[in-house]
Amino acid sequence: MIEVNNLHKSFGESHVLKGIDATFEKGSTSLVIGQSGSGKTVFLKCLLGLFPYEQGSIAYDGKIFSNLSEDQKRDLRGDIGMVFQGSALFDSMTIQENVMFPLRMFTKMSESEMEARADVVLKRVNLPDAHFKMPSEASGGMQKRVAIARAIVNNPKYLFCDEPNSGLDPKTAMVIDNLIQEITHEYQIVTVINSHDMNSVMEIGEKIVFLQYGLKEWEGSKRNIFKTDNNAVTDFVYSSELFKKVRKMYLDKDQ
Amino acid sequence: MKYFHNIGKYFLMLTEMFRKPTKWSVMRGLILKDIDDLVIGSLGIVAFISFFVGGVITIQTALNIDNPLIPKYLVGFATRQSVLLEFAPTFTSIIMAGKVGSFITSSIGTMRVTEQIDALEVMGINSINYLVFPKMIALLFYPFAIAIGMFLGIIGGMAACVFGGYTTLNDYIMGIQIDFDGFHMTYAFIKTFVFAFILATIPSYYGYYMKGGALEVGKASTTSFVWTSVVIILLNYILTDMMLG
Repeated sequence: MIEVNNLHKSFGESHVLKGIDATFEKGSTSLVIGQSGSGKTVFLKCLLGLFPYEQGSIAYDGKIFSNLSEDQKRDLRGDIGMVFQGSALFDSMTIQENVMFPLRMFTKMSESEMEARADVVLKRVNLPDAHFKMPSEASGGMQKRVAIARAIVNNPKYLFCDEPNSGLDPKTAMVIDNLIQEITHEYQIVTVINSHDMNSVMEIGEKIVFLQYGLKEWEGSKRNIFKTDNNAVTDFVYSSELFKKVRKMYLDKDQ
Repeated sequence: MKYFHNIGKYFLMLTEMFRKPTKWSVMRGLILKDIDDLVIGSLGIVAFISFFVGGVITIQTALNIDNPLIPKYLVGFATRQSVLLEFAPTFTSIIMAGKVGSFITSSIGTMRVTEQIDALEVMGINSINYLVFPKMIALLFYPFAIAIGMFLGIIGGMAACVFGGYTTLNDYIMGIQIDFDGFHMTYAFIKTFVFAFILATIPSYYGYYMKGGALEVGKASTTSFVWTSVVIILLNYILTDMMLG
């Protein structure tokens, strides 16, 4: 479980996060949503320890990150998997080497053991034959799947995804969303996803945290989001005619 | 103020480079790859430039000695001194600031832009140690490239002399042997080691701390070349004054 209490983060005069509280549970996919500039990327980078924060605390299974020594932080990072918006695969390595990279850095596995483990996770993300391709030879969807494989190869306890389906076609985006959710349930990990894709929200939003102007404006599940009367959330989520109709149909059906 | 800020940040990067070292089994591979990319990959251009610049130094020296009282072997002597003391260590390093330096800045800068450095940091890897340290170690082999440059510069001078008819082979060989001071080699290689360190770290600094997108990668490469060259020229002056002055 990840517990965030009263998190504040500023860049110079700009107060980006203004006291955020949130809890992210094991075995469930939590989505952080909000408009561009709402602070969700900064929030995710604070969770990852990439940005130091001025006030508040982030606890990973009770361990407060800012109280940890450098070695303890490094150990904790071994339990974190991250899928970046642009996949962030190492272009000088093959897909297999990319997936094996965390194992090479943090385990004492032999080459054959690492290859076997990479094989398992690449099959898990439906890429059984892509081992020796370079990232530049893979499509956007394949790169995302490799990034997911790399993130889960070392059995992380926490998985963070920054807009994992940006730049993908709707069908591939759905495949990636479902894959992340399946992995979350299968490995019982804490998954936090930054997104502004409403399809993702409706598909895999077991918990949704809505940020606006650096504050947590609303929190709930994909079911609650249909019924909420919070204007900020409805303005953001139901900004398109299609989603307005979907919501109306859902509410009519519910009555 | 910005210059002082950058200088301070550069030295902080250097101290960070020695913290939390990467596993040796991984580091060894990175060092070998960087030796191949940065040193072995530069041998061709170093050899080509050295050979022809050696020839040009010889031709210009020979053409400017029109006093019959000056011995002809001076052409060989001047070529040797120019190549060993300045051309090979200093000017080859400035050329390398363009080739190797731009490569380092753009490769690290691209990793920054595409979040690969963030990926390393999230995994708990000291990205400065992972990216910069192997380049610094690889460039410890840079003096070998410079030694080849020195040799080929003198051979280039000899070829120009003999085939251009500026002086005889015997005079040239006598010139390159006369008044040889072994300390000049020590001086040249001390300079080369210092320049190798600069060539590895300043371009890495500009790549590592760059912000923005693809356009900024290009700008960072240019800035890195300018500052690497400026620092090499300044250190060349200081080291020459300290060791030969």
